[in-house]
Amino acid sequence: MSKISRRKLATTGIAAAGVSGVAAATGLAKRYGLVPPDSGGIFGAGETLTYAAQRLMTPHSLAREFPRSMISKAPFGNEVASPNDEFKRLQAGEFQDWRLSLDGMVTRPATLSLSDLKGFPVSRQITEVVCEEGWSYIAEWIGTPLVEVLKASGPLPKARYLVYFSIDRDWWESIDMADALHPQTLLTWAMNDGDLPVSFGGPLRMRVPRQLGYKSVKYITHLTATDSLKGFGKGLGSAAPEAGYAWYAGI
Amino acid sequence: MAGPASLRILELPRHSALVRVTHWITAISFFALLISGIEILISHPRFYWGETGNALTPPLFQIPIPASRSTVPTSYGYVLPDQNGWSRYLHFEAAWAAVLTGLVYGISGLWTGHFRNNLSPSSSDRSWRAFRGAISKHLSLAPPDDAEAFSYNVVQRVAYLMVIFVLFPLVIWTGLALSPAFNSAVPAAVNVLGGRQSARTIHFFVSVFLFLFLIVHVAMVTFAGFRTRMRAMITGHAPSVRIGEERT
Repeated sequence: MSKISRRKLATTGIAAAGVSGVAAATGLAKRYGLVPPDSGGIFGAGETLTYAAQRLMTPHSLAREFPRSMISKAPFGNEVASPNDEFKRLQAGEFQDWRLSLDGMVTRPATLSLSDLKGFPVSRQITEVVCEEGWSYIAEWIGTPLVEVLKASGPLPKARYLVYFSIDRDWWESIDMADALHPQTLLTWAMNDGDLPVSFGGPLRMRVPRQLGYKSVKYITHLTATDSLKGFGKGLGSAAPEAGYAWYAGI
Repeated sequence: MAGPASLRILELPRHSALVRVTHWITAISFFALLISGIEILISHPRFYWGETGNALTPPLFQIPIPASRSTVPTSYGYVLPDQNGWSRYLHFEAAWAAVLTGLVYGISGLWTGHFRNNLSPSSSDRSWRAFRGAISKHLSLAPPDDAEAFSYNVVQRVAYLMVIFVLFPLVIWTGLALSPAFNSAVPAAVNVLGGRQSARTIHFFVSVFLFLFLIVHVAMVTFAGFRTRMRAMITGHAPSVRIGEERT
């Protein structure tokens, strides 16, 4: 066998192994839920690598918690769109009529008031809000772990994502069950020493401390458990990819 | 009998295929990281030290450019368009390309002796004298001699080793330390840097050093002979003018 053909053979062999390796990896990634909903397009490869790597690395890891002395004296709530009429009406009633509904792939759909939520076990965490722009602050967040609400309503085993909506229906996000059932994912209704201020998402904000701030949607009114994100919006997983931002924001 | 001396132009091997391929993938990735990094920076051109920092806290320093967010105080009366969506997607995809390429390069470089043979300064060059000599030769902008088309001098070797083993690992580390999920798995990665905002500030300065390296690198390639150096890094061969050997 000549040298050239041996080299050709080796190159073809390596290329074939590479292609079948990528195909096998893609198959495995799909099977184990390691492919994000925005995996299409030119950035899909990088996004899938990031999501898959971080999901494998962080199934149960906890976001860093800080001592009370590190709570920011000057937290920054960031700007939000001006509240809609429904929000203003509920605000006028001091959020007595604020409701959080939970439906989709659960055995017991529920509609909860803020005082219903406060009847669940309460959790406190001193964690950092990390904005994709680069800034951050630390606060104590007090609320009901999402996992408690989910446990009470019995999510079906086939549920793979939890979709959550703000009172402004254009503002919605979703997380996989690893984050939905994570002990630090918090339906937050208090901050530091008082109620959660409106500028920080009051009366109810989803805190997902292992992801960037834009996953911590403010003014939460509706949760849906689902096995597929295809039927929501443009099917990219949340409002973020529709605006050009990554669905998974662990980085 | 010795024959007449003649000038002969030889094409001699310079860079291995692996070095060339990884060089250009890294070059493209670095360009993408630089552009997208600048875009991300524009959304908050303020830097802090420690764990936290935001528009309401005093910065360590602020880059005097306009921002792409109205919430950032700048001395400009306008706000640039938001480019963070695609910039972030591109930044992380290019980072994957650079890291995976760097792993292939690093492992093969150890395996083939590339670092030992081509980048580690020879024992005679491991002195301040040799280093100063090479520096002053660089500064005098004297054209490189023929041998330098085939081997790096001590300043080049030290510069490349710094980029490969200090700046790139540091920029990857400080970049990972900005990921809240990565930090949940490896909290020490950010804690030993002094906090999230310190990691971001170091990430910025290391990127600046990498950019300065790029400028000097391209300038030196141009001084040394743009065509021959580019040819060497693309085809793997460099032309060499030799006084013909004695023929019998």
